[in-house]
Amino acid sequence: MEIILEKNKKRTGPVIFSKYNMGEGIKKALELGRENLLFEIKGAGLKGRGGAGFPTATKWMLSAAANAEKKFVVCNADEGEPGTFKDRVLLLEYPELVFEGMVIAGYIIGAKTGIVYLRGEYEYLLEALEEFLMKMREEKLLGKNILGKEAFDFDISIRLGSGAYVCGEETALIESLEGNRGEPRNRPPYPVNTGYLGYPTIVNNVETLASVPHIVTKGGEWFKKYGTDKSTGSKLFSVSGDCAKPGVYELPWGTKIKELLELVGAKNTKAVQVGGASGICIPKTQFDRAFAYEDAATGGSIMVFNEGRDMLKVLKNFLEFFVEESCGQCTPCRVGNTKLLEGVEKIERGEYTFAYISNLKELGHTMQVASKCGLGQSSPNSFISILENFKDEIFRTNGKGRNNGKA
Amino acid sequence: MLVLEKNALSEEIEQLVAKYGSDRSALIQILQAIQRKHKFISDFAQQEVARLLSIHPVEVYSVITFYSFLCSEPKGRNIVRLCKTISCDMAGKDAVEAAVKRELGISFGETTKDKRITLEYTNCLGMCDQGPAMLVNERVYTHLDPEKAVNILNEIK
Ligand SMILES: Cc1cc2nc3c(=O)[nH]c(=O)nc-3n(C[C@H](O)[C@H](O)[C@H](O)COP(=O)(O)O)c2cc1C
Ligand code: SF4
Ligand code: FES
Repeated sequence: MEIILEKNKKRTGPVIFSKYNMGEGIKKALELGRENLLFEIKGAGLKGRGGAGFPTATKWMLSAAANAEKKFVVCNADEGEPGTFKDRVLLLEYPELVFEGMVIAGYIIGAKTGIVYLRGEYEYLLEALEEFLMKMREEKLLGKNILGKEAFDFDISIRLGSGAYVCGEETALIESLEGNRGEPRNRPPYPVNTGYLGYPTIVNNVETLASVPHIVTKGGEWFKKYGTDKSTGSKLFSVSGDCAKPGVYELPWGTKIKELLELVGAKNTKAVQVGGASGICIPKTQFDRAFAYEDAATGGSIMVFNEGRDMLKVLKNFLEFFVEESCGQCTPCRVGNTKLLEGVEKIERGEYTFAYISNLKELGHTMQVASKCGLGQSSPNSFISILENFKDEIFRTNGKGRNNGKA
Repeated sequence: MLVLEKNALSEEIEQLVAKYGSDRSALIQILQAIQRKHKFISDFAQQEVARLLSIHPVEVYSVITFYSFLCSEPKGRNIVRLCKTISCDMAGKDAVEAAVKRELGISFGETTKDKRITLEYTNCLGMCDQGPAMLVNERVYTHLDPEKAVNILNEIK
């Protein structure tokens, strides 16, 4: 398979793709002990790479402090955000980083069980991952008394998703693991206290976990050398769309949009969608902005659109996605996304008034505050940013019509 | 369904329950295994799963309807899912889509008369750097063009 062949491609990067020998992380973790580990991860300033950016050390401290007979470490490998594929690359090429990150997390919070929730679309990775877990068991990196440490037991199993984007939301993911419809829960309670089967559970993104063995072996200070004050370390970017070299790139946080475009060989770029369908669309005039939690925040999905693309078509594609993937549990999201899509179809046909458009934007803002989970809270982002940033093109006020008269 | 077939299916589901357990948390794994083998989860299979997990059949049905990879109606022996998300769209999905429809003589959402292939759309497969992409059952194919896609479909049994 082509994707397997790609495995031999040599990747380089400051943190995640820096040199690492399997087993080092767990070994060092056991030497350091829990307190020091939390200190390093906190010192590194590591924040969640799955999109929300919650401080990892805080999450782990909360569940470490919880008193329970069982605890769980869940690796969120649901990677469903359109335009994201870096977790696939990590699992395929750097499984030791992801799994050791889970073992270290288990050691810190006092869990014996790790679960990888792998999206159903990635079932073809399952066999290789299971084999890798066997290899780790043989090398005493998993199982009972890991690396000879008395009473430190931890093992990992893999569970498959079944084609539902919303299951990437951590409480929906837990529902799905419990055998239910993947409908997000009300919070609180939070999974760190009441998670899988009611036990304290940490859910972390693949990339967050993969950063941990590096931090443990090289230190929080080293990690912090990269990135900005508020966004430490590096980020994996999944780049697709109109560019010569699509793929996964590891760059320090703080990298500017235009620098990334240069690197991937993007020409005549009109817009960049940062953060996938639930992210925002950034026009050419703002390519000076930087990727960072405090500026253009992203889980890493970068889609590049050149001058020839019709931004209304792009928006329609995103809204169709949300209409299909909304779990339907709450009204703002279920009805709202359908209304926004209807709006785009009306714009396409030229059947709109500006009063109507402004009502729809208002609806978008309501969805952002009134939806129950991140799906409905973020699905209006693309609607609002595309209509705002590309209004000349979309409402034909530049005299050329949509798509600059090309389509 | 013949009695013999029913017995075989019951036995199969009992084995799955033995393997994954009879807790509610095993439900989706059991359904996935049935789906993988039979390409759908029949009413009878749903009842059997419900019985062995001591839950109501409606619970099983409601889970099936939630997940796009689980279904309660028969499909073809092979399920082909073409990605329709924007990066694949920009990489030439429309041409692949047209060629596949023409070649098989069916639309998306339909199954060929000989039950060989069901065509479906799917959302982003995480292969956006190598689009257009599609899944054939659990295998992924990338960098498609009309000819390549049609050749792949012609190969499957
Ligand atoms: C609709 C929706 C889909 C999500 N999908 C994912 C996903 O595929 N992978 C992921 O890591 N986080 C996803 N998240 C975020 C998770 O809820 C959660 O914040 C994350 O797994 C926490 O891990 P982190 O702190 O390491 O980022 C999603 C959130 C929402 C609202
Ligand atoms: S916001 Fe959407 S996906 Fe989230 S709970 Fe409400 S309906 Fe479901
Ligand atoms: S857009 Fe088709 S695989 Fe992501």
